Amino acid sequence: MVEQDQVSFQRDDDTTLLVRFSGAWRLRGGFPSASLVDREIQSAAQVRGLAFDTKELISWDSSVLAFLVDLSELCRQRGINMDRAGLPAGVRRLLHLAEAVPEKKGARKEEAEISFLQRVGISAIGAGDSLGEMLKFLGEMSVTFVRLFRMKARFRPVDLFLLIQQCGAQALPIVTLISFLVGVILAFVGAVQLKQFGAQIYVADLVGIAIVHEMGAMMTGIIMAGRTGAAFAAQLGTMKVTQEIDAFTTMGFSPLEFLVLPRVIALVLMMPLLCLYADFVGVLGGATIAMGMLDLSWTTYIRETMHAVGLTDIFGGIFKSAVYGVLVALSGCLRGIQCGNSSSAVGDAATSAVVTGIVAIVAACGIFAVVFYVLGI
Amino acid sequence: MAYGSFVLMRDLNFTINDGDVFIIMGGSGSGKSTLLRHLIGLNEPAQGEIVYRAENFTKADPDKRQEILRRTGVLFQSGALWSSMTLAENIGLALEEYTDLNPEEIREIASLKLALVGLKGFEDYYPSEISGGMSKRAGLARAMALDPEILFFDEPSAGLDPISSRLLDDLILELRDNLGATVVVVTHELASIFTIGNNSVFLDAETRTMTAGGDPKELLAHPPNPMVHRFLTRGEGEQI
Repeated sequence: MVEQDQVSFQRDDDTTLLVRFSGAWRLRGGFPSASLVDREIQSAAQVRGLAFDTKELISWDSSVLAFLVDLSELCRQRGINMDRAGLPAGVRRLLHLAEAVPEKKGARKEEAEISFLQRVGISAIGAGDSLGEMLKFLGEMSVTFVRLFRMKARFRPVDLFLLIQQCGAQALPIVTLISFLVGVILAFVGAVQLKQFGAQIYVADLVGIAIVHEMGAMMTGIIMAGRTGAAFAAQLGTMKVTQEIDAFTTMGFSPLEFLVLPRVIALVLMMPLLCLYADFVGVLGGATIAMGMLDLSWTTYIRETMHAVGLTDIFGGIFKSAVYGVLVALSGCLRGIQCGNSSSAVGDAATSAVVTGIVAIVAACGIFAVVFYVLGI
Repeated sequence: MAYGSFVLMRDLNFTINDGDVFIIMGGSGSGKSTLLRHLIGLNEPAQGEIVYRAENFTKADPDKRQEILRRTGVLFQSGALWSSMTLAENIGLALEEYTDLNPEEIREIASLKLALVGLKGFEDYYPSEISGGMSKRAGLARAMALDPEILFFDEPSAGLDPISSRLLDDLILELRDNLGATVVVVTHELASIFTIGNNSVFLDAETRTMTAGGDPKELLAHPPNPMVHRFLTRGEGEQI
């Protein structure tokens, strides 16, 4: 919204253009652009100077300054003399201040057009770098694990217990809810189809095998990636920002031993337990549907489940969950350690930890499926 | 010193003597803190080396490095206390790992260090429960945990009121005099520079190298170049 009467022009003689300010200039109201003056200058050929009249100017703020800075740039380009005598003293001082330090060469960021190929190249190099960092982290973690097995790794047991509590007992409610619902959903989908063949009893097989074999471990993994992986990344990221990680390093403590190792151990210990629990609750969810919708009895359902699910299935699932635990903990810690030095970087680290964790889980799940098939498990 | 291909500072060459209060000074963005990070091994120099006593720190293997680092203490800009531990645990961690003291003795030493920095009775506070100035002093107590030979301070007076920063300066001098520690301080606080410093290096952001070194008071009396003079006099007497 530019009020039209903020600025008007008057030509004193042939060579000088008088710019007359009037009314109240407020940032909120917007301000006219310098091109207005430019047009005025170009309309007459021999404008050599600009002068200002501010008698009718009621009040002013940065909007006047911004307008004048633009004007002075314009005058410089066109080689026009700008007579500042007519401006209020405060405006003159501030304008002087704004121009006191010349623009640093090269300080302005170049907005060079990047071609598509360049962009692809830059991304590829970035991906390569991040892969390198990931490998370095994994290598260092392997060394740390070796130290752990040689009983040389140092961390505070208190930390480990706290972490076990955080990613064990405190995760139970959400694991309960999700696995129960997954059991219910599987049973429901199966029930509708199997009922058509009168094979309702096989709902128990379906739910049992699906949950114990895949879904129990996978769902706990994904829950932990969202819950604990993100928390790890945020914790370590914040510690990076506040230099706490540097403090560990300079005191001769390895952050990997002190911070990452207990987190990995805690998740590896807790994930199998959570997975077993999720298996149980998931089957319970399936049973609820079977009893409510299909009129199967509790004992029939359990017997059918026991018949369908073998011990190998259970141990397979538990083993997978332990691996998912390592993946979630490592991706959380990796993103936390890589975190940049700002609060927004901590948010990015948490997001990227969840993404990395889930991708790793799904990829591992695929690999397991093939390996288990080849091994005949 | 360089970040990637961006060279921040080149041709730095200086010696810190035993018992010095050595000031790393320079304008904002000149790389003072980065130089400190190199000295304590958090960044690697792009070229050249850092030598502690007769030991080459840059080329040392990890174990040797850790051993050298154990003889130093660092106070980070914001204190960088470990937020999941109480103050006593923060100080005690190094003692726990590197000495054979039993828990009671560790606790006693932690109390002593806290008392030295004026935080007696705060042993069981968490870093989030104390003020910024207190975190800094607690960070100092932690840096002193192992009675280091060299203490590094990153902008000790940043974010402190004038009185607290003056007290911290006094404390630094006390530590130097009574513990025989060598002190390296990164700062641009003129008051501190003249009160505590007896040796220094001046980093110039424009020429990307050190342009002066030596006793700050000497530098003020006989400035070797105009930049140093401007810096040490706050550019007073100049027209903006």
